[in-house]
Amino acid sequence: MSANARAVPGRYPVPSSPRMPARGTKLGPVSLGESSAPAMAPVSKVGLSEICLSYKTQSGERLLALDHINLQVRAGEFLCIVGPSGCGKSTLLHLIAGLHSQTSGQVLVDGHPVSGPGTDRILIFQEHGLFPWLTVAENVEFGMKMKGIPKAERQERTRYYLKLVHLAKFEKSYIHQLSGGMRQRVAIARALATEPDVLLMDEPFAALDAQTRDLLHDELERIWSETGRTIIFVTHNVREAVRLGDRVVLLTFRPGRVKNEFPVSLPRPRSLEDPEVAMAAREVLDELRDEINRSLEAEYQEGTKPHIEPGVEV
Amino acid sequence: MKRAARYIIFYSALLALWVILAKLKIWPPYLFPTPWGVAEALYVGFQDHTYLIAIAVSMQRVLIGYAISVVLGMILGLGVASNKFLEETMGGLLVSLQSLPSICWWPLALLWFGLNQNAILFVVVMGSLLSVTLAMEDGRKQMPKIFGQAGRNFGAKGFKLFWYVLLPASLPFIVSGLKQGWAFAWRSLITAEMLYLSLGLGQVLMMGRDLNDMSAVIAVMLLIIALGYIIDGVVFKSMERHLQNKWGLAPAN
Repeated sequence: MSANARAVPGRYPVPSSPRMPARGTKLGPVSLGESSAPAMAPVSKVGLSEICLSYKTQSGERLLALDHINLQVRAGEFLCIVGPSGCGKSTLLHLIAGLHSQTSGQVLVDGHPVSGPGTDRILIFQEHGLFPWLTVAENVEFGMKMKGIPKAERQERTRYYLKLVHLAKFEKSYIHQLSGGMRQRVAIARALATEPDVLLMDEPFAALDAQTRDLLHDELERIWSETGRTIIFVTHNVREAVRLGDRVVLLTFRPGRVKNEFPVSLPRPRSLEDPEVAMAAREVLDELRDEINRSLEAEYQEGTKPHIEPGVEV
Repeated sequence: MKRAARYIIFYSALLALWVILAKLKIWPPYLFPTPWGVAEALYVGFQDHTYLIAIAVSMQRVLIGYAISVVLGMILGLGVASNKFLEETMGGLLVSLQSLPSICWWPLALLWFGLNQNAILFVVVMGSLLSVTLAMEDGRKQMPKIFGQAGRNFGAKGFKLFWYVLLPASLPFIVSGLKQGWAFAWRSLITAEMLYLSLGLGQVLMMGRDLNDMSAVIAVMLLIIALGYIIDGVVFKSMERHLQNKWGLAPAN
């Protein structure tokens, strides 16, 4: 038992090919537009096929939020989805998480259709969604507890993942005692601790200040390369998407459609300030601009933005 | 310190007023007892264990009744909050029923359960059930939706979702309703005990009336107030403080 428990931590990081060179070493010339991804797996980790979602607004008219979305995400890929507000990008994550169902089309994970929430996919919310009545450690343990993992192993893993996000000292704190950045790190640890194959991140750093966000980018990149998880990351910040993603998918403004995809093959670790990141971001931004304009126009015309994200419903 | 001084001044003034009124003998002593008469009644009551037994019986009844209302109220409230049909139908009924004093159920309770403890429990439950139900319904609605989503996201559903997520998440929003439910339960109990004479504080109070012993009546009234206040001030206050510490909330109200 005790020998077993001691052996446990080494098991957690899923071994993966080291995609990230040691910090400071830059790889050769930057190439944008040419994918550096490994060969396609026979079945993609997450597959969206012909996803449509429509719903009734308060005035009773039907609104098409997502329009025939097709997307394949490879195992271990870091995919970023960008789009103007109201393009349904958060909604898309909720569909993959199984918290909401689409009107038509299919979400496939490892080739199996998604019919509800599952611990193979964990969503990290913009507002962290941590439980204020639990301590940091208890929050991290929560998902494992729901999975029925024995207490000793839960505590072992909790310690491991809190260390991974540099919060080992705060295990007994309550959530309100932490800063915004720390809360997001706890949310990441809580998600990782259930060892999901897919991490779904819904603008997790949007509410943070720039310095904290930079740090968390570095940490997320490190954790991703250490654990080999598949990450689908939604943001409205193009620079952030290019800095983090292997690929950036651009959605159009209402109804959300896939407008374009941009493979990002810049060497890692990257930084938000890298001129290459800025250049790549500009390319995405040029295409995004039209959508943002359409989104703003709609907002002016409607006076107020109709609230169409179903992610807000339970 | 200042607060303590204010308390002392206020209550000594109150006591002094009482003494003066009693001394003036406007009313005969059996109608308007003196403070020392009440103190003596309290002493005698505790001395011969009447009050201790009455307190034990009453507390047992109210705790059982309240526990039933809390469990039923939470289930009902959650049901009403999460089901549109129930909300539209039962929601209005619950609110309108709240205007009915629970003692109105007494005749029915007697017919249904007979002249026994269960009839009293029924009245107690009817007294506090609605407050708990409405509080739970309201708490479930006020509770940020993200908690439920986060719980489901980690695979919690059904009872696990309720027990580990929805219940603790709504506690800060329902604690005042639980408190109100407690107050109603306590009042309903005493009323029912006054009508159905079988031990309990209500009965001891009525016994004082029958013996024309107003000192005893007031002594029991003081006991009822004190017990209600202690539960409210100790149990619910510490629960609120505990929640505030965890959630990092400013004191409610």
